[in-house]
Amino acid sequence: MSDKSQKIMVALAGQPNSGKSTIFNILTGARQHVANYPGVTVEKKTGSFRLQDDRVELVDLPGTHSLTSYTLEERIARDFLLNDKPAAVVDVLDASNLERNLYLTFQLAEMDISLVIDLNMIDVAEKRGIKIDTQKLSQELGAPVISTVGNKGKGKRRLKEAILSASKKRQAAHFRINYGDDLEPILDSLEKRLSEEMEISSRYPVRWLTVKLMENDEEAQKLVRKYSQKSGVILKLAEEKREAFKLEHKKSPQKVIAITRHQEAERIVEASVTRSKEITRTLTDRIDEVACSRYFGPVVLVATIYLIYELAIVQGYKITEYTWPLLAWSRDLIASLLPSEGFIFDPFFRSMPIWVVDGTIAVLNYVPIFLILFALIAILEDTGYMARMAFILDRIFRHFGLHGQSVLPMVIGGLYVGGCAIPGVLACRGMKDEKARLATILIVPLMNCLAKIPFYVLLIGMFFAAYKGIAMFFIATITIIIALSVAKLLNLTVLRKRLRAPFVMEMPPYHIPTTGGVLRRCLERTWLFVKKIITIVILVSVIVYALIYFPGISEERKAHFISQAEQAQKIFFKKTGKDNPYAGFMAGDNLMDFTRYWRDYKKAKMGAKGKKAKQAVEQGFREKNLEFFKIVKRGKYKVKGEMIKDKHAKKVYTAYKKLGKTTNKLRREIKEETIITSYMGRAGLFLEPLTRWAGFNWRVNIALMSSFAAKESSVATLGGIYQSPPGEKHRLEDRMKEKEKGWTALHVLAIMLFMAMYPPCIPTLLMIKVETGSIKWMLFATFYPIVLGSIIAVFIFTGGNLLGLSGMQAMFAFYILALIVLVLMGLIKREQEFA
Amino acid sequence: MTLDEIKPDQECEIVDTTSGGIMEQRLLDMGFIPGTRIKVVRNAPLVDPVEFLLKGYNISLRHSEAKQVEVTLL
Repeated sequence: MSDKSQKIMVALAGQPNSGKSTIFNILTGARQHVANYPGVTVEKKTGSFRLQDDRVELVDLPGTHSLTSYTLEERIARDFLLNDKPAAVVDVLDASNLERNLYLTFQLAEMDISLVIDLNMIDVAEKRGIKIDTQKLSQELGAPVISTVGNKGKGKRRLKEAILSASKKRQAAHFRINYGDDLEPILDSLEKRLSEEMEISSRYPVRWLTVKLMENDEEAQKLVRKYSQKSGVILKLAEEKREAFKLEHKKSPQKVIAITRHQEAERIVEASVTRSKEITRTLTDRIDEVACSRYFGPVVLVATIYLIYELAIVQGYKITEYTWPLLAWSRDLIASLLPSEGFIFDPFFRSMPIWVVDGTIAVLNYVPIFLILFALIAILEDTGYMARMAFILDRIFRHFGLHGQSVLPMVIGGLYVGGCAIPGVLACRGMKDEKARLATILIVPLMNCLAKIPFYVLLIGMFFAAYKGIAMFFIATITIIIALSVAKLLNLTVLRKRLRAPFVMEMPPYHIPTTGGVLRRCLERTWLFVKKIITIVILVSVIVYALIYFPGISEERKAHFISQAEQAQKIFFKKTGKDNPYAGFMAGDNLMDFTRYWRDYKKAKMGAKGKKAKQAVEQGFREKNLEFFKIVKRGKYKVKGEMIKDKHAKKVYTAYKKLGKTTNKLRREIKEETIITSYMGRAGLFLEPLTRWAGFNWRVNIALMSSFAAKESSVATLGGIYQSPPGEKHRLEDRMKEKEKGWTALHVLAIMLFMAMYPPCIPTLLMIKVETGSIKWMLFATFYPIVLGSIIAVFIFTGGNLLGLSGMQAMFAFYILALIVLVLMGLIKREQEFA
Repeated sequence: MTLDEIKPDQECEIVDTTSGGIMEQRLLDMGFIPGTRIKVVRNAPLVDPVEFLLKGYNISLRHSEAKQVEVTLL
């Protein structure tokens, strides 16, 4: 910053559900920035505020119950406090849950930090008859205490002032827990020994380090090893003292330390809190009596999931019908800036950018869905219902190495039909169980995302038209069955060594979320998504374009197409006749101009809805070029209000129509030949001997490979490969049937299941890399579905053929088999849960 | 007896935690310390996990985890 004012760094700490994020929001307002802590996927939010001449930079630490080195969040919070040394730390406490929240406060105080205690949600506490003597509390803790009501913005000013004065004093809270007569002498002697080590004692608070060494904290031991020359001696000393303590008192030091902290919290609460009434049943209890009950619980849960699906996916999709024209308009705008199209060959710098733009807007099209989805997730998180979902479903998911929290990512990914894997992977954030989180991230792409649906619909229409409902149900549910089995398989193999976290989950009281908080998170996440994804989509679509465009058709073939086009033009002029008054308007370059005019006119007419719009189009084109207008109107147009029939114009129209047809045919042939001779096409042919076992020919191979960029393109590519003969307008499924006469329902079933197991699209893969923090997992997520899909496709096609099954028989047989596998997988005994 | 054997609406007092390692540290951090009164609120619809009330807040554990908490019935 260029201004003279000092920038003061302050951290915001607190336990989960203490209202920490609302405090962060009211302090920093809109000046926020979201990033990740280096090397990990935990969100790091920073914001700033100004008070008088000072600027305070606020860093939001992950919400944690404690500060051990067992969980990622706790390690991050701790490392930040130790290494970045903030001038002060605001500790946000839930005033109605003071005793438990103090447990963290003590650990912060132990780190020699200048503390500000924020008693948040003081209104809730008062309503429950809890009265806190803040002066007494401040005395006990040796730190200033401020009461706030975060969601109403109360106490903001006083909190800011307290932060500023605390960070200027930089005076550690003078509070020290007495760990009792058994432990204190040991701590004392170890502390003295540590103080002699200059480097480490100048870097870290010695008392804190001593306590951590007695707790057998691995990270603290690492620090000693790193910064002390006599680390061997010190660690051995600590080890001996720990063992001796255990032997004498039949308890580990860490247990005594934790117990003492809780007792101290109890003592302070007793000294500073008075309760005027005893509330036995809160509103939360009453809600949970229904929401978590044996019979209504699952009903409420299913209804909630259905509501999310309905609002985000179904209604969101409807909104895209309104936003799509905007995207289409911007596409046309960009197209109009590019070099104009040719007669049969379009310039590279036209077709390539248009391809890229099409790929990009295909993804941007989903933004409304994301906005709704992210808002709903934020609401679920803020209300506290998310914890209840995990509570109800954990039993089922645990059998497959997943967690109750896995259900939401799976729903978003398309648990039934139609979702999106990108936010699905994103929603795995916040799952504490690393093993279950990775497993969930890896199976979310197996769900049926929106882009797979048109492909299914097309194939079902080909061979399962009579059983549409059953076939759709099959594909929707078989993916869940397979995904659960896969999750278990991953757990038993690649994820075997990952640590499981204890389930231990707080069930927070229900809260009404604030609109601001929900909106902020929803916009933040959407923006993060758009920013990250778009750049990659652009890059990848350029590469895919190159793969299906190069090396391009040979010069010889090119010449052949050009001569054919010239031939057609000659016929056109002959048919028009030399003495036709319009012949001049069509001569030379004018023919190309007319071609563009014709194409634009047809497109505009198709796009115009309603009488008014159509008239406007007519008027526009009339003004643009009157002579051309007469032709496209087949010689029927008005002059001064009178209808005129122009024989010559009609003649040109008829001749041009023929020419247009030929040109379109040539353009299609060129496109097909380009794809077939392209690198991608060659790969498709090359793979055919292998993929034959799954019933895929090279055409299917190309379509499947091109889907890698975005699955939306699979149907479009098929449309490109299976061109309808000129003049006939067959539906794509009929054209495919026509061209693939040898196909049976087994072919289609194999392709469909391969598509169901298809590798995640590039944006999802990118998200997987971000969320797992490793390229290795991203590559794994790319290749295991290919292997799995191939095995299933071969199994269906070759197996089905050997047994002589029909499509429906194969479908049922496979379904039952998958169910049996699922049950067996669920029965495999779970390994020991934690170390 | 252990915490997983306590039925809904029964109350008990914690005697000790026995698991060691990360699990025990988590339990200690959340306030599962000797002498604490704890009430079983409800089982999940599929029986597991279980919800408890201690020190004024609600927390859920799996049966396998609750087994590692020794208690006496009140």
